[in-house]
Amino acid sequence: MRTIKAILFSSLLISLFACGGQKSTEENTTEETTLSGQIQIDGSSTVYPITEAIAEEFRAVAPEVKVTVGVSGTGGGFKKFVRNEIDINDASRSIKDSEAEQCKENGINYIELSVAYDGLAVLVNPQNDWVADITIEELKKIWEPAAQGAIMKWNQIRPEWPAEEIHLFGPGVASGTYDYFTEAIVGESGASRGDYTASEDDNVLVQGISSDKFALGFFGLAYYEENKDKLKLVGVNNGSGSVLPTMETVANGSYAPLSRPIFIYVSNKSAKREEVKTFVNFYLENVTSISEEVGYIPLPEAEINKQKEKFNSFTAGSNSTK
Amino acid sequence: MTNATKNRLIDKAFLIFGILATLFGIVILCIFIGNIFADGISRLSFDFLDNLPSRKPEKAGILTAWTGTLWILGLTTLVAFPLGVGAGIYLEEYAKKGWLSNILEINIANLAGVPSIIYGLLGLEIFVRIMGLGGSLLAGSFTLSLLILPIIIVSTREAIKAVPKSIKEAAFALGATKWQTIWSQILPASMGGILTGVILSISRAIGETAPLIVVGALAYVPFVAKSPMDEFTVLPIQIFNWVSRPQHGFIVNAAAAILILLSITFVMNGIAVYLRNRWQKKVKW
Repeated sequence: MRTIKAILFSSLLISLFACGGQKSTEENTTEETTLSGQIQIDGSSTVYPITEAIAEEFRAVAPEVKVTVGVSGTGGGFKKFVRNEIDINDASRSIKDSEAEQCKENGINYIELSVAYDGLAVLVNPQNDWVADITIEELKKIWEPAAQGAIMKWNQIRPEWPAEEIHLFGPGVASGTYDYFTEAIVGESGASRGDYTASEDDNVLVQGISSDKFALGFFGLAYYEENKDKLKLVGVNNGSGSVLPTMETVANGSYAPLSRPIFIYVSNKSAKREEVKTFVNFYLENVTSISEEVGYIPLPEAEINKQKEKFNSFTAGSNSTK
Repeated sequence: MTNATKNRLIDKAFLIFGILATLFGIVILCIFIGNIFADGISRLSFDFLDNLPSRKPEKAGILTAWTGTLWILGLTTLVAFPLGVGAGIYLEEYAKKGWLSNILEINIANLAGVPSIIYGLLGLEIFVRIMGLGGSLLAGSFTLSLLILPIIIVSTREAIKAVPKSIKEAAFALGATKWQTIWSQILPASMGGILTGVILSISRAIGETAPLIVVGALAYVPFVAKSPMDEFTVLPIQIFNWVSRPQHGFIVNAAAAILILLSITFVMNGIAVYLRNRWQKKVKW
């Protein structure tokens, strides 16, 4: 018995150490800087692809800085942020009053930096030839809690639309996207009808809408960009004409109210550390090109510069108070 | 219809139901594995195993994920094996039958049914915060150990129960102490069953995502853990992260990562079968 156990464990340990050794030799080949340390990031899965990409690029600049990124969700991330357990929180919404309160109690000062825009796309099946645009009121009529069991057919929304059942698809109630959509459309975060097909995995929504002629749904623009051939984008009319979400309309704010900024939050305690300061500056420096690459809409140049200034004065401020 | 033909008919019907029930699981599994293979096999390569996470699907690899999974596997075994088997032996061989041991038994059975996320919350409070382990491998494997302890305890007890009572009594009759009886007779005879239980529960543990995310396992870790106090990620988290990404390349990556995870589980189960057979052959009285 003991021999078997010994073999089992030692083979495990050997394989672990074997690959541990391999890794370190590989890292030495990139250019060296004196920066070292650890940066812990957590938070929204919406912001994750951007932060992951930045962290990946940062590896080449400062290979000795260990950057880790988690995906506990915006709220889960803030829970750690207010306890000073992480340095940076990825957030797909602004900090809540209760969270800000806890920061204060724990003596944490923080800064909110917007890093990109995310557009929420409203989508139908490509075979749907009757919907080209939809108004905010119509979206509200479809999605508000009172619509449950009442608004079931397309022609209830607009009389000229067919008398066919409407099938709804949307993100699950735990996602920040859902919070944002309900707040923008229904007027209250988290309030919507319950009888729709919900999935935390947007790829499931893409599948659902692309295989159902009478479907309507919403999710992040990035998922539309990757599935353009399977979906039809619907223009949203907020009173000043139908607007399709594009790079320009989201960035200049005309695709309102379904475009939102996404943020990173940095605490003052962490911003004092050289590696964190360098990382955040690197983040703002590169986020424009990166966010486009991973499917988000970059902030305009002027806006990014504003964020950089904001961060610089924040670090200067927290240094002087020290 | 005579009684005899009716009975034969029922016999046939049950046979067919039995075959369908068996095929159902297997066919679904085959479809699933076939699907995953078709998607993922092209992506499997040494680079895939050796690369760090990346935003570019074709460059991304699972080095930190599979090493994290192996770390968790090893540490969880180290913690859960002695604790679970120890508790099982105590409950079966030492504990006096009474209300206390009844309560213990009921609780252990209940614990086996607690959803894994609850263990995650427990781990977050006790190991991560109170014990100050942070989101480390150690905190993760302690949490998973808790999760599988009830299963190990129950299977240890069942395995010990299966040892013939006459063996134990014979050992006592020859003047062996309790410890000598357990160590030289009962444990060798039941080790096959115990190990099977341990290995099956551990292969369940390495598929867990929820409790580890709660404890603080991460999605992006660009370094291989070198000590149990390091931060980590595991294969299921990497897979979960990839399937929810918009780019098709990540779906392929996820399929390839699933193949790796499946092969780890298959190897574990293979070891379990091997050990069981080996011990059954070895035990001779």
